[in-house]
Amino acid sequence: MHTILIRGGRIIDPSQNLDQVGNLYIRDKRIVGMDGTASLANEVIDATGLIVCPGFVDLHVALSEPGFEEDETTASGTAAAVAGGFTSVACLPDTDPVVDNRAAAEFIMRQAERIGRCNVFPLGAVTKDNKGEELAEIGQLVEGGAVAFTDAKRPIANAEIMRRALEYTRMFHRPILNHPQVPELVNGGVMHEGFNSTLLGLKGMPAAAQDIMVGRDIALAEMTEGRVHLMCISTEGSVEQIRRAKARGVNVTAEVAIHHLALTDEAMRSFDPNCKIDPPFRSQEHIDALIAGLKDGTIDVICSDHQPIAEEKKNCEIDLAPFGIIGLETLLPLCVKTLIEPGHLTWLELLSKLTVNPSRILGLEKGTLKPGADADITLIDPSANWTFDPKRFRSASRNTPFGGWEVTGRAKMVLVAGDIRFHSNDESQNSSDMSRMKGNTR
Amino acid sequence: MTTSLDKEMSTPRGWTKRHLLGLQQLDADEITAILDQAAEFKRLAAEGETKLGALSGTYVGNLFFEPSTRTKTSFNLAAKRLSADTIDFTAAASSLSKGESFVDTARNIEAMGVSMMVVRHSSPGAPQLLTQHLNASILNAGDGTHEHPTQALLDIFTIREHRGDLKGKTVALVGDILHSRVARSNIWGLKKLGARVIVCGPATLIPEQVEKLGVEVSHNLDDILSETDCINLLRIQFERQRSAFFPSIREYAHLFGMNGSRIRRAKKDILVLAPGPINRGVEITPAVADGPHSVIIDQVTNGLMIRMACLYLLHQTSQNVLQVAAQGGS
Repeated sequence: MHTILIRGGRIIDPSQNLDQVGNLYIRDKRIVGMDGTASLANEVIDATGLIVCPGFVDLHVALSEPGFEEDETTASGTAAAVAGGFTSVACLPDTDPVVDNRAAAEFIMRQAERIGRCNVFPLGAVTKDNKGEELAEIGQLVEGGAVAFTDAKRPIANAEIMRRALEYTRMFHRPILNHPQVPELVNGGVMHEGFNSTLLGLKGMPAAAQDIMVGRDIALAEMTEGRVHLMCISTEGSVEQIRRAKARGVNVTAEVAIHHLALTDEAMRSFDPNCKIDPPFRSQEHIDALIAGLKDGTIDVICSDHQPIAEEKKNCEIDLAPFGIIGLETLLPLCVKTLIEPGHLTWLELLSKLTVNPSRILGLEKGTLKPGADADITLIDPSANWTFDPKRFRSASRNTPFGGWEVTGRAKMVLVAGDIRFHSNDESQNSSDMSRMKGNTR
Repeated sequence: MTTSLDKEMSTPRGWTKRHLLGLQQLDADEITAILDQAAEFKRLAAEGETKLGALSGTYVGNLFFEPSTRTKTSFNLAAKRLSADTIDFTAAASSLSKGESFVDTARNIEAMGVSMMVVRHSSPGAPQLLTQHLNASILNAGDGTHEHPTQALLDIFTIREHRGDLKGKTVALVGDILHSRVARSNIWGLKKLGARVIVCGPATLIPEQVEKLGVEVSHNLDDILSETDCINLLRIQFERQRSAFFPSIREYAHLFGMNGSRIRRAKKDILVLAPGPINRGVEITPAVADGPHSVIIDQVTNGLMIRMACLYLLHQTSQNVLQVAAQGGS
C-alpha cells in the first residue's frame, strides 16, 4: 500500500466547489481525500504556495499519429500534454487512416498505453474518412474506446448527415463535436474578414460563416434531442445564440480555444504563418463576447485546439501554409494572462472549464478530486514567471506565434494515477530545488 | 555614354530604405523622393541619356512566381538602363511548393551573387518573408492582392506630370477593388500626398471596411464623374474571380465602363488612367482608351522611370550600408 501526501497546497476542485488550503491523500492510484494521517504517508510532496487541482482534460487535441508523425506522435504529444498540466486528452480522428473504425480507435488506445504518459481518449469520426457523406461505424467505434464523435476540422456541412448523426449517437449517449463553419463562405480564406483582411489583401473568413452553422446545429440538437458540442467558438453571434439555446434547455455545449482570447486579427499584419488558424483570430468585440460567455457559463470549456504542424510544411507563404497552432504547453499561462490577471474569472471558475466540464461532456470520470477518483492531479505554481521558448517545448512541432511572450503560471508537477509524470524541474540542473519539492521521502 | 550620375545625384533626399515592400510603409517625403528621382531620369532620357552607369556591377534578379509580361519587361529594361546585369527566374508558386521552397529558391539565387531582387508572388507578404531570410534588397513587384507599389507610383507620377500637385485632387479608383493590389497601393500613396480618393465598383468587389483607409465608397460611376479629376480604371481580373461577383461582363460595362457618353458628362479635363492590360470594351471603350483624355501609354513609359528610380534608390541605400559597415570594421 503506497500513500502519498500532498501537503499544504491550495486545493481547488470545481467538482466539489472546493477552494481551501489543506492536505490531499492518495493511496494506490486513487484519491483518498483531505483527511488522513501524515505519519503513514510513504511520500510527501510539499505544495506550499501551489494550487492543487484535478489534472486538466482537453477534448480537442491532434496527436497526428498514425499518418502525420512528422507533426507529432503520441509520445511527443502526451509529453507536451503533461508539461502543460493535462492528464487526459481526447484526440481528433483526422489521422491517416482516419479513426472511422474500431481497429483504428484501438490502435490509439494501445499506443497511448505503450507510451504511458497520460490518458488518451480517441474521438471517432462521424463520417467515413471524414468525408461528410456516410456515417462511420459509430457503434463499433464506441466499443473500440471512442468517447465522442467529430469530423475534426471538417465541418459536417450536410444538415441531413448532421441530423442523422445526432440521432444515431444519442443511442450511445455520446456527443457530436462539430467545427461549425459554412465551407462556402470561407473557401480560400486565410484570416478573419474585416478591416485587417482588406488592408493585407488576404481573403477573409466572415464571422457569419460560424454564426450560421452554430444556429443550424442548435436547431438540429433541439429537433433530435441529440447532444452537440460546438468547437472553437470565436464569434459574438455564436455566443449569443448558444446563450439563448441554453436558456431554453437545448442540449448544447461549447468551447473556446484559448489563443482566440490572446490575439486579434491584427496579428496577421506580420504575415506570420503561425497566426494562420481555423477559425481565425478575430477582432476585439468578438473577444469581449467570448469573455462574457465564459463568465456567465455560456462557454463550458477552454481547450488548446493543439494542432502541431512540422516546420517545413508551416513556414511558407501565408496563402499556402496550412492552418493550425500548437497549444498544450501555452494554454495555462495564456489563461492566466487573458482571464485571471484581468479579473474575468476566479481560479475556481477557470479550473471548472479545464477539468470537470470537459470531463462531463465526454462522459469521463475524470477532472475531480472526489474520494475514489483516479489520482490525476496537477500542481500549479500560479506566480512562476517564465518566457515561452518554443525550442524547449516537448511537442514535436513549433507552430506558435507566442514564442518570446513573458508569462505567469505553469504546471509544477503532474500526477497520473498517482504517478509523477511531469515535474517542471526535471530538465533543470537544480537538484536541490527538486529535493525540496519532493520533501521527505520515506 | 555612361554619365557622372553618381556625382550629380549622390545623396537622394529622404531615402533610407533597403526594401520597397509597399506604399503603406512610406511617408510623403519618401514617395516624393522616388517621384523626383523618376522625373530626373525622364529628363536625362529626353536628353538622350538612355544608359546610365549607376548599377554597373550589380546583379538584379527578377523572381516572378506569377505570370507577368509588362511588369517584368519594365523592370528588366529599368535595370539594364542602369547598367545592372539581370537574371530572370520564373516559376509557379504552386509547383515550387512541392519541391524546393520559395525561400530556398531565393536563397540559392542570392548565393550566386544577386544582391537585388524584384519579386512577384501570388501570396500577400511573400516579399516581406524574403526580407527575413535574405540580405538582398527586396522590391515588391506585386504580392497577391496586397500591394503593387511601383504601379501606384507610376500612376501617381503620371497624374503629377499632367496635373501638378496631388493635394486636393479627387482621384477615383473604379472597378474590382477587392482583388486589386494596385488599388491598395494607390490608396496609400494618394492619401499620403493629400488627394481625395473615391473607390467605385460593384458592392461585391468593394472590400470590408475599406472606408477606414480614408476613402469614400461609391457604387454609381455617373454620380462621381462631375467631381473627379482623375479616374483610374482597374482591370477586371478574370483570373482572380473564384466565383461570380457580378452577373455579366455586359452588365459590368454598362454600369462601370468608361465610354464616350460618360466622358462627355465628366469634368472636361478628366484624366483617364488604366493600369492595364486593358480589356477593351469592358472597363474602357477603345475610343476612350485612345482618346485625348487617356494617358495610358504615358503610364507605361513612366513605369520604366519609376522602376529605375526605385532600383537606384534601394541600391544607394545598400551601398551606404556597406560603406558604413566597412568604416566601422576598419
